[in-house]
Amino acid sequence: MSNTEMFRDRNISEDYFLLDIEEYPTTPWDKFKRVVKRSLKGELFVGLWVVLREMIKFDIHTIQYPQEKLPIGPRYRAVHEMKRLWESGTERCIGCGLCEKICISNCIRMETRYDENQRKEVSEYSINLGRCIFCGYCAEVCPELAITHGGEYENASEQREHFILYEDMLTPIDDVLNKKQKEFQGFGAITPHEDERLKKTPLAY
Amino acid sequence: MAYLIATIIKIVVILLVFSALAGLGTYFERKVLAFMQRRLGPMYVGPYGLLQIAADGIKLFTKEDIIPANVVRPIFKIAPVITAATAFMAAAAIPFLPSFTIAGYEVKPIVADVNIGLLYIFGVMGVGLYGPLLGGMASANKWSLISAARSAAVFISYEVVTGLSILAPVMMVGSLSLVDFNNWQSEHGWIVWYQPVAFILFWIAAFAETGRTPFHLVANDHEIIDGFGTEYSGMRWGLFFIGEYANMFFISFVIPLVFLGGFGEGTFIDGLLFLGKMSFFFFFFLWTRAAWPDVRPDQLMWLCWKVLMPLAVINVVITGIVMM
Repeated sequence: MSNTEMFRDRNISEDYFLLDIEEYPTTPWDKFKRVVKRSLKGELFVGLWVVLREMIKFDIHTIQYPQEKLPIGPRYRAVHEMKRLWESGTERCIGCGLCEKICISNCIRMETRYDENQRKEVSEYSINLGRCIFCGYCAEVCPELAITHGGEYENASEQREHFILYEDMLTPIDDVLNKKQKEFQGFGAITPHEDERLKKTPLAY
Repeated sequence: MAYLIATIIKIVVILLVFSALAGLGTYFERKVLAFMQRRLGPMYVGPYGLLQIAADGIKLFTKEDIIPANVVRPIFKIAPVITAATAFMAAAAIPFLPSFTIAGYEVKPIVADVNIGLLYIFGVMGVGLYGPLLGGMASANKWSLISAARSAAVFISYEVVTGLSILAPVMMVGSLSLVDFNNWQSEHGWIVWYQPVAFILFWIAAFAETGRTPFHLVANDHEIIDGFGTEYSGMRWGLFFIGEYANMFFISFVIPLVFLGGFGEGTFIDGLLFLGKMSFFFFFFLWTRAAWPDVRPDQLMWLCWKVLMPLAVINVVITGIVMM
């Protein structure tokens, strides 16, 4: 089996086969015979047994949601987080505006200015989560891994304005200093062997 | 005088117990269906969702009683009452337990031991047809009208099967009273051994009479919304519901009484066994709902007139020949 053969074979399993469907009965006598066959074959009791077996096994699949939650993957794209630098705890965002530019639902809005050291500083940053479609482009385009997605998916609120607060998205400073900040594994994240693939920027052209 | 007081007390007890049981029946149904589908069912209200019945009851009682425009008001209003009332009236001739003694007074847990008990039960249950029929026709809703037509067809057709299938046991026992049935069986053994065909036919017809799942065409949720109940709200809809579940309970009492020996000699153990048999038949209503699909209306009619009714007639004829 070559490498791609398993992809070309669209059958999900080797066990798949075409059903051998009987001729549809046309005469009333044939129809009657089919009914008798089906009635006496005990198929109805198979159905009864299956549901009773499931009841006895009591293998319940319900997750009682607010009390129990399923774990979500590290690459899950829920409400955004703004990350800080590990060492200093300053905000990673450099105000380049790429996320604002790429956002296809126009929900990111930022204002920047020069601070006293003539460095660019983000003065206003808001994501309107009421509009956001969680496509992950902002996380992918961010050169500083500053804006990422987080795992917080329970974002119900009484006011739309609650969906845009930068302070809620920003990692608390204490968490960074205590090394509790978690890097995002999904869109825009560094791939595992990035260090080995590091090359000098080709400037010779 | 004592008879009058005892009868009134019995009526009140039966009304209260079976209204409550109808609520409890919905709880059991939701739980059993859930377990069979690997779900948990109601869990939030009270321990294991037990108070869900109370929550549903409060909701039904306090909901606004909407009477839509274009309905025929008096008929629309009276239809749910017919369903619930006939269901409870049928209970009058059912002995629910063997007779027992409280403070030196012998209690027979049957409201009226009339000698036409079975005829009365099926007559009153047949009148119950007018609930869905009138409700559906008065509703000014096409789905309700379809449901009304279906319920008329199903009830009337299966009344035939019920009557003919019960005829053979009645011929053997020579009485229509359920108490007589019980006593005959404790003497001669269960009727189901003599009349297996009648037992199966009656059981099948019971599903049609109560409108339960293999024959759940009267209120087929996925094609005619809720049938005759679509336009109803609040307690009027609740009365339909109570009627349906009370009917299920009463039929579950009648089947073991007629075919499976009832409460036999009438000892305490026999009474418990009787309740056990009744619980099995009630459980079977829920069980089939989880396991079986509905049949089409034309298949239902076909089954009734071309299979079940001839079988019932043949059964009656053979019983007659054997008895001669």
